[in-house]
Amino acid sequence: MLTTTAPGLDLEASFEQALQGFGLSPAAAHLLWLPLPMVLVLVAAVVGVLVNVWLERKISAAVQQRIGPEYAGALGVLQPMADGLKLVFKEDIIPARADGLLFTLGPVLVLIPVILSWLVVPFGQHLLISNVGIGIFLWISLSSIQPIGLLMSGYASNNKYSLLGGLRAAAQSISYEIPLALAVLAVVMMSNSLSTVDIVNQQTGAGILSWNIWRQPVGFVIFWICALAECERLPFDLPEAEEELVAGYQTEYSGMKFALFYLGSYINLVLSALLVSVLYLGGWGFPIPVEWLASWLHQPIDAPLVQLITGSVGIVMTVLKAYLLVFLAILLRWTTPRVRIDQLLDLGWKFLLPIALVNLLITAALKLAFPAVFGG
Amino acid sequence: MTISSITQLICFVALSATLVLGALGVVLLPNIVYSAFLLGGVFLSVAGLYLLLNASFVAAAQVLVYVGAVNVLILFAIMLVNKKENLAAIPGLGLRRLLSGAVCGGLFLLLIRVAFTTPWPLPGPEPVGEEATIRIGEHLFSDYLLPFELASVLLLMSMIGAIVLARRDVLSSDVITGEAVDQGLIEKERTPLLLENSPR
Repeated sequence: MLTTTAPGLDLEASFEQALQGFGLSPAAAHLLWLPLPMVLVLVAAVVGVLVNVWLERKISAAVQQRIGPEYAGALGVLQPMADGLKLVFKEDIIPARADGLLFTLGPVLVLIPVILSWLVVPFGQHLLISNVGIGIFLWISLSSIQPIGLLMSGYASNNKYSLLGGLRAAAQSISYEIPLALAVLAVVMMSNSLSTVDIVNQQTGAGILSWNIWRQPVGFVIFWICALAECERLPFDLPEAEEELVAGYQTEYSGMKFALFYLGSYINLVLSALLVSVLYLGGWGFPIPVEWLASWLHQPIDAPLVQLITGSVGIVMTVLKAYLLVFLAILLRWTTPRVRIDQLLDLGWKFLLPIALVNLLITAALKLAFPAVFGG
Repeated sequence: MTISSITQLICFVALSATLVLGALGVVLLPNIVYSAFLLGGVFLSVAGLYLLLNASFVAAAQVLVYVGAVNVLILFAIMLVNKKENLAAIPGLGLRRLLSGAVCGGLFLLLIRVAFTTPWPLPGPEPVGEEATIRIGEHLFSDYLLPFELASVLLLMSMIGAIVLARRDVLSSDVITGEAVDQGLIEKERTPLLLENSPR
């Protein structure tokens, strides 16, 4: 974690100081600190998935005027746990004449890049695993590993539907990565940095008014469409189109291997929503800057209690924004029909790519013309 | 030795081992799909080595370009034309293998010799770390501008070439077989299968 001069809770420094108080060497204290944020973020990601599955069930039920899960816990909150347990106890089948090694490796390769990408998601000034300088670029490059896992599992299943699904997934992922990267590039150009922390800090000046969504409305829409396509959510779930491909590359999978795909797709959805909120909705920022609130209440911003409240508000805001976007994604899934594969590729290459390029060009021009507003 | 240097050493040994073994597997495995997947692993371990050298931007670019684009394209090509067929035995395969092995071994020895006789400046230049993106940008737009532009022109040319090859209707004869292109077939391809006023 980089040490920045900006104020904020620095749990790492306090934790290591406390351990050194017990007589540990700084290196040993750092070693003890290292796994903590990683485990915490992993747990947060899995809990996020459970919440997501519950929301999906409840919202889809509401859309279709059903009640949804009722009996597993209050309002069915334990239903995702039941789902997960069911998958754990299912028999693990490797189809006859399938390639066992690649069949097992495929889902793992799909899941690992998604989890690694949580490295750069900030929940506060110092509340992230690592403020790497290439930040958002790391996410883009990691998400490009995923198609290999999809191709691998599609190929290894020894099934034509799986192979076609895997090829479709890879084609879709490659096509939508380009407009996605171009939309991110416009934001990066405005904040002069690839680091997610810098991108959020650049949006904190005037609360809700300084969020990137007002300066990058087109980029926001492009990014959201591409993120949905990357997550293979409806209306873009072509790789799993039931009517044509049974279940695409997932057809032959069962038990924990299927659960890995399931987990991967939901973690990816939460991650995309978090990144939309970081890039366009001010990240951990409150609609009214907390600095203003503190000064109206005549509280010093550096006081421990104020810092604690600021940190908590930051986490709550990040998660709230992300889950609003997840809600939107779920609503879209249960209310829109699926596009055809040619429509999908046309949309990506003939519509989103030119628009994203024009958006980038206009952002560059505006940055030169109004450096005060668009980041000098 | 500090903890960080031990970690670095372990990472270096592990990455180098995957790199060498993976590269050997790419060349020696008979199954071309395994070779293609291993190539992805080789690219990833090269990215890991860049990361160890504090060149995180280059590492991410390596993953994006080589793993995300080049390797996926190779896999696409293999999977779309993957026909199970027994290739005809090539005469003198053993001799050919021996010859190519000898050439590769000689090249390897030559490179080892170069590596050992060159006086490397130790320790190397200070890594720029996070500043790397800025430095790369400055170089691309000053002293490396011409190669950068030439590369973009080359990519544009190959892109136009690929589009011309893929669109048969702009050519009068097929590029590969030399036969005349059947325009009627293309016309038929374009008419929708379901007619607008057909009974449903």
